[in-house]
Amino acid sequence: MSANVDNPVAREAAQARPEDSLLGKGMEDGVRDHFRAYVRRVRGGEMGALPAIGGLVVLFIVFGFAHDLFLSQRNMANLLTQAAPLVMLGMALVFVLLLGEIDLSAGVTFGVSMASFVRLTQPDGLAWPVALAVALGIGLAIGGFIGFFVARVGIPSFVVTLGMFLGLQGVLLVIIGDAGAYRLIPAPIKALNTSNLPVWAGWLMLIGVLALLAGVALWDRARRSAAGAPNPPLSIMLAKLAGITVVGIAAVWFLSQDRGSGAIPIRGVPIVVPVVLGFAMVATFLLDRTRYGRYLYAIGGNREAARRAGINVTAVRWTAFVLCSTVAVLAGLFYVSRVGSADAGMGREIVLSGVAAAVVGGVSLFGGRGRLVHAIIGALVIATIQNGMGLLGLPAGTVLAVSGGVLILAATVDALARRRSGGVAVT
Amino acid sequence: MAHPPIIELRAVTKSFGPVDVLKGVDFAAHAGRVTALVGDNGAGKSTLIKGLAGVQPYDGGDVLFGGEPVRLDHPRDAAKHGIEVVYQDLALCDNLDIVQNMFLGREERRLGTFEEGQMEVEAAAALQSLSVKTVKSLRQKVSSLSGGQRQTVAIARAVVKQASVVILDEPTAALGVAQTAQVLALVRRLADHGVAVIMISHNLQDVFEVADDVSVLYLGTMTARIEVANTTREDVVGYITGTKTMEAVA
Repeated sequence: MSANVDNPVAREAAQARPEDSLLGKGMEDGVRDHFRAYVRRVRGGEMGALPAIGGLVVLFIVFGFAHDLFLSQRNMANLLTQAAPLVMLGMALVFVLLLGEIDLSAGVTFGVSMASFVRLTQPDGLAWPVALAVALGIGLAIGGFIGFFVARVGIPSFVVTLGMFLGLQGVLLVIIGDAGAYRLIPAPIKALNTSNLPVWAGWLMLIGVLALLAGVALWDRARRSAAGAPNPPLSIMLAKLAGITVVGIAAVWFLSQDRGSGAIPIRGVPIVVPVVLGFAMVATFLLDRTRYGRYLYAIGGNREAARRAGINVTAVRWTAFVLCSTVAVLAGLFYVSRVGSADAGMGREIVLSGVAAAVVGGVSLFGGRGRLVHAIIGALVIATIQNGMGLLGLPAGTVLAVSGGVLILAATVDALARRRSGGVAVT
Repeated sequence: MAHPPIIELRAVTKSFGPVDVLKGVDFAAHAGRVTALVGDNGAGKSTLIKGLAGVQPYDGGDVLFGGEPVRLDHPRDAAKHGIEVVYQDLALCDNLDIVQNMFLGREERRLGTFEEGQMEVEAAAALQSLSVKTVKSLRQKVSSLSGGQRQTVAIARAVVKQASVVILDEPTAALGVAQTAQVLALVRRLADHGVAVIMISHNLQDVFEVADDVSVLYLGTMTARIEVANTTREDVVGYITGTKTMEAVA
């Protein structure tokens, strides 16, 4: 590290405080060192979303060749709206997965809250914002209930949420009753996962996202400089931003083409995209930059160490379940918006896809490792499998079997990566 | 021992049900000195330490910090007085990096968000003050560190916030020969910085190498408090096993 005399920052640091030069902060080296360090981390088992991104590329190539409609604007927009509930559910589960816990009832939680929402907004019912508040309240209450039994009573989350999985299905049946299903009425909620932004708004969204990312990155650098800490090379940050910009422009341009089959043009970025991105950014901020987020990781890594560091472990674990269930309600909102109705089977099957999404994306089932963006990428993988195989006309049984296989494969990668990084089992 | 002790216990007691674990123990640690706490299994070492850490308050007796009586009823109370404990089973999170571990539970923040740069600089300064030079990057995960390096991080974690008393629970128990030497040197430097170091150890070789004072617990009573320079290994073994006694030399 100190041998790298070609690096002006390191040289400067070495000259300023010679005795410091042996203590690398892991930031001051050149692009090549950062790349090497990255390769070392990947080989050491910290693969992050790499396998999922690779899988996504392979799936796109395979399905693109297998069916000529797969890469059409229409199907891609369709894929995004199909994936939206799964993306949201995957992100919800990240909060508990980081603790090394699981919530098997996240799907039926959105089932119960959405059944309530749809019923409450039937004609002569409540205004939809009120009903939505009630639905979120239901999610909050369910999460609080689960969290109490896991964090306070000390029952394994697997057992508590399996119980909730069964119990809430019963509640869902009671709410839906003999009607079998209820139609979704409120127009804004219907539009949420069925309509598109105007073309100009799609571009505006892209500019907003890029400006925010660049602004945060520059602010970070300024803060680090002010504290006297070295910054990683500017070129790395610029390359990352450039990559996101290129992908973003391509995606927005692609979705801005007319994909309608009739006289009325259909174009624009689906409305769910900015909603999901907005949530992902806020929640990533929470996980990366606040004590609450750091403590989720710490508890997932070593609960006893977290406790000794003075962290209120019970409160953090409890609230993680509240967050998971509440965000799951939003996943349900995307789901009913797309389907247009609420029925008694809602959310029963999607929960394992949600877990699969997070794990496929690189969130560890053992806790302490993973990011929200992993859940997004993983959900896109699962949704792509379902979408592509559906296009090819494969039977539902095959789709289920393949999805299950992918989950086990991802969990295997997770377990092997964990072994390689030298982690030990922490209960 | 010209200076008054920075922390002093007077006749502290602790019972679990009918079992008296600490039967009126006197103990003191001085700034800039390493005080070894030795004793056989079940002598009450851990209970004494847990009381100092505020994890398990004493039932009776007085705790004096800098000559003033204080209460240590919660880990927060201990932290407030700058009492830090480095536990035997290294209370570090494998999935976090060195800086994150050193600041866990007391992160530097502005507007609710982390000051990562500031924490990095302070972590580097803390390691620097302990003359640690073997760490390649402060941003590597603790899972990639060796046992000695982990112990180093755990000790640095204790000093990053200007600790006045650092309690080390068997700091060399899991280490090899070279790493033990490194950690003992670290313990010495810690004391040289003016910290009162309390070191629990089973290893008398370590004790005689690094400690200034030694306190021996035997079945819940302090059987010996003596300067290392004024005793021999045979005597200390005698105090530990209860075959030899002496009146407290406070």
